Amino acid sequence: MLLKLKIWRQKRGQKKGSFENYEMDHLSPDMSFLEMLDQLNEDLVGQKKVPVAFDHDCREGICGSCSLVINGNPHGPHAGSAVCQLHLRSFKDKEEIWIEPFRAKAFPVLQDLIVDRSAFDRIIQSGAYVSVNTGQAPEAHSILVEKAKAEEAFSHAACIGCGACVAVCKNASASLFVAAKVSHLALLPQGKVEKKARVLKMVKQMEKEGFGACTNTGACSRACPKEISLHSIARMNREYFKSIF
Amino acid sequence: MKFFNHIPSGPLEQKWDRHCFELPLVNPANKRKHHIIVVGTGLAGASASASLAELGYQVKTFCIQDSPRRAHSIAAQGGINAAKNYPGDGDSIRRLFYDTIKGGDFRSREANVYRLAQISNQIIDQCVAQGVPFAREYGGLLANRSFGGAQVSRTFYARGQTGQQLLLGAYGALMRQVDKGGVRLFPRHEMMDLAVVEGQVAGVVTRNLLTGEIKSHFAQAVILATGGYGNIFYLSTNAMHSNASAAWRCYKKGAFFANPCFTQIHPTCIPRSGDHQSKLTLLSESLRNDGRIWVPKKSGDKRVPENIPEGERDYYLERIYPSFGNLTPRDLASRQAKFQVDAGKGVGPTGEAVYLDFKEALERRGKNFLSEKYGNLFQIYEKITGENPYEKPMRIYPAVHYTMGGLWVDYNLESTVKGLFVLGEANFSDHGANRLGASALMQGLADGYFIIPRTIARHLVERSSLEEKKVKKALEESVKEVQKRLDKVLQIKGGKTAGAIHRELGYLLWEYVGMLRNEKGLIQVITAIQGLKDQFWKELFIPGEQHYKNAELEKALRVADFLELAELMAQDSLERKESCGSHFREEYQSQEQEALRDDEHFCHVSVWEHTEGKKALLHKEPLEFKEVSLSVRSYK
Repeated sequence: MLLKLKIWRQKRGQKKGSFENYEMDHLSPDMSFLEMLDQLNEDLVGQKKVPVAFDHDCREGICGSCSLVINGNPHGPHAGSAVCQLHLRSFKDKEEIWIEPFRAKAFPVLQDLIVDRSAFDRIIQSGAYVSVNTGQAPEAHSILVEKAKAEEAFSHAACIGCGACVAVCKNASASLFVAAKVSHLALLPQGKVEKKARVLKMVKQMEKEGFGACTNTGACSRACPKEISLHSIARMNREYFKSIF
Repeated sequence: MKFFNHIPSGPLEQKWDRHCFELPLVNPANKRKHHIIVVGTGLAGASASASLAELGYQVKTFCIQDSPRRAHSIAAQGGINAAKNYPGDGDSIRRLFYDTIKGGDFRSREANVYRLAQISNQIIDQCVAQGVPFAREYGGLLANRSFGGAQVSRTFYARGQTGQQLLLGAYGALMRQVDKGGVRLFPRHEMMDLAVVEGQVAGVVTRNLLTGEIKSHFAQAVILATGGYGNIFYLSTNAMHSNASAAWRCYKKGAFFANPCFTQIHPTCIPRSGDHQSKLTLLSESLRNDGRIWVPKKSGDKRVPENIPEGERDYYLERIYPSFGNLTPRDLASRQAKFQVDAGKGVGPTGEAVYLDFKEALERRGKNFLSEKYGNLFQIYEKITGENPYEKPMRIYPAVHYTMGGLWVDYNLESTVKGLFVLGEANFSDHGANRLGASALMQGLADGYFIIPRTIARHLVERSSLEEKKVKKALEESVKEVQKRLDKVLQIKGGKTAGAIHRELGYLLWEYVGMLRNEKGLIQVITAIQGLKDQFWKELFIPGEQHYKNAELEKALRVADFLELAELMAQDSLERKESCGSHFREEYQSQEQEALRDDEHFCHVSVWEHTEGKKALLHKEPLEFKEVSLSVRSYK
C-alpha cells in the first residue's frame, strides 16, 4: 500500500517547526505504524538526510514512550491502544496521514516528534507513593484487600504515563494522570494513611507545571491507551475536597 | 588474574544471615560522604537507588529513557515467584531453591540461589506495603498461579502487567528519594565508559542523549543495572533501546563476562509477520496454565485448525513430558517447538509457529474466567495479529527473551573491578543455563532492595582511597576515549545503516547461536561475525552530528559493541562442549533429543577476560553441589 505522510519536523533549540511531506510505497498492511517510520528513517539515511526523531521503546504499549498524534488523535484511531500497537491495516491505501508530537504548554517539543514530559515525573515526586523504606514492610498477608477493591485499584494503577490525556485535552489538563495515581493509592489500605497530603501535593504540583484545569469533557479517558475511567477524576476531586476541609 | 566468589562458609541455610552479620557497617553520619552511581532504572536499578538513598548514601541515577518509569522491566507480564506457600501446596524456601537450581540445569551457584529463595518472601512484603495491586482472592488474601518448571503455585501477579506494577512501586520509592534529595536523577543519559584507577572504579562517563554533551561523574562505587543483551539477535522481546554497551564497556575495563552463551529463547511469542519486523512480542508463559500446545500429526497439513480433528492433533508437550505437560521449562518447550517446525509440522502462513489452544479451558471454565486471568494478553495478541484467540487458537513461536549470561559477580554482586557491582539481568548469577518463569523480577528486586544495600558496605569501608590527581586524570582520559570513539564512527562515510548491519548480525546469531548449535556452524559464524565487523567499520553511514538527539549514532555505537559481544557468545558456545539448559549442542544429545550434560568437564562457570588485541582469555569457576545431587533434569 501507499501512504502520504505529513510529518512535523522541528530542529532542536528552535521554537517552531513545520510539516514535511513524505510518500511511502510498497508497505505491508501487517507492518506496525512505527515500523513504517523505521522504514522511512532507513530511506532518509540512505539519501543522506536526517531521520525523524521520535520516542519509542517497548513497542508493546506498556512503556509509555511513544507520543504521536495521528490525524488529530493521540496514539491514532483506536481506543485502548498506544501508537506502537497500531498497524497499517487500520489505514486505507493512498491515505494522507498527519503526524505530530503531543502538544501542551507543559510538554515542550524538544526535536521533531519528541516532547519533554518530565513534568509527570515531578508530579510523582511530589508524593505519589506510600512512604515505606525497604525492609520496613509487615508480612504481606497482614494487609487484606477486598478483591473488587484490588481490581479497581489495578485499573487505575495501569496508567503508563504517556501523556495522551494531556495531548487530547482542550485545556491540556493532566487530571486523568494525577487522578489515576490518587485513586490507585486511595483505594488501598496501604495508601490511606497519606492520602490527604498526597492529593494536595500532587494537585499543587500539577498546577505549578502549567497543566490546565479539568472541564470534564472525558476526551482524556477516550484517548487513554489503558482506558482509565473518568471516575478517577471524580474520586480525585472528592479526595481533594475531603482534604481541605 | 585471580578472582574469588567470596561465598561464605557454613551451612547453606545460614550463609546469608551470617554474611550480613560479618559485613562491616557504615556509620550513618558517614553514609552521606559516599557517592554511589546507579546506571539503569529497571527493577534492580530503581530498587537499589531508592534503598541506598534511604540508608543515607548520595546516589546519582542514570537512565537512557525520558523517565525512569519506562525501563524495560515495565514490560514483564506474568509474575514474580516467592516461597510463601500461601496455597499450602508443599512449597518452601528449599523447594524454590531446588526448582531454580534444577531449572538452570545445575549451572548456577547453590549459595546465590538459596539466598534468592530466602529473600523472595521479603520482596512480596515490600511490594505489598508499597501498594502494588497484586491479584487477590475473595477473602482478601493474595492469589497465586503456576509457572513453568514448578509443580506448586508460587507466582504472585497483577493481571498480565506484573512487571509494570512492581516497577511503578520501585519508581515511586525512587522518586520519593529524588524529592528528599538523596537521589539525583539523570534521564536521557547513556553510560559510555567506566573510569578505573588501580583496579578500582573512579566513576563513569555519560552522554546526554538530547544535547550530545559528554561528562564524567566521580563515585566511590558504581552499580550497573542495565539489563541483558538479548537485542544482540536484532529480533527479540527486549525493548528497542535495550543494549549491552554499558556492560561491554565495563568488560573492556576489566570486568569479566560469564556464560555469554546462555541466552533464553521464550516459547510463547507472537510469530514474525515479515521482513519489516522490528521486534517480537512475548505472551506470558502463564498462558500455558490453561492453553494447550499442539501441531498437526501429519507434516505439511495445511488445513485450518478447526478442520483438524482431535485425533489428528499432537499435543506434543503433554505427550513427551506427561508430569509437567504444557508447563515444562522454557528451554524445553522452545526446543520442542523448533523440532516440530523443522519436521514440517509448523502452522500458519510462514510455517514457523505452533498452536496454543484455549478451547478446552473455554469449555471448562468459561470466557469470563479466561478474560479475568489473561484479558490483556488476549488483547495484545488480537491487536498484533488481527485474530481473536477466544475463537481461533493462537499461533506462537519461540523468540529471544532473556540472557542468563552477564558480567561475572561474586557473592556480594561485585565484579572483578573493585567497586563495580552488577545487578539484575546484567549479571550472570542466579539462573544457570536456563531461567524459570517469574524469577527475573524476583532476582532484580532481591539484588536491588535487599542484597546490594548490605553488601556494598564492605567495599566502601575497605576500599583504598585513590589519589585525587589520578581520579581526575582517569576521568579525563575516559572522556577523551569516548570522544575518540564518537569521532571514529561519525567519520565512516559508507552507505550502510547500523540497522541493516544489526539485522544481518541477528540473522547469523539466530541461525548458528540460537536454539540449536554445532561446532561447524559456530566456527563458521565467528568468521562471518568478524567479516561483518569489518564491514561495519568501513561501510557504515550515520547522518547528522553528535550534538543533538541522534538515534542513528546511538544505534551505531550499540551495534559496534554487539558485534564484539557476538563473537564472545559464539566462542563460549564453542568451548562448552555439552548441552545444558538453553545451550543445546547438537553433538551432545540423547536418543530422545534431550540435552546431554557433561558434569565431569563442564560443571563450571565460563568466565571471560578481555585482553587488548588478543583473544579473550577463558577462566573457569568450578561449581560445587553439596546440597543437591547433580541429576539428569527430567520433567517426564
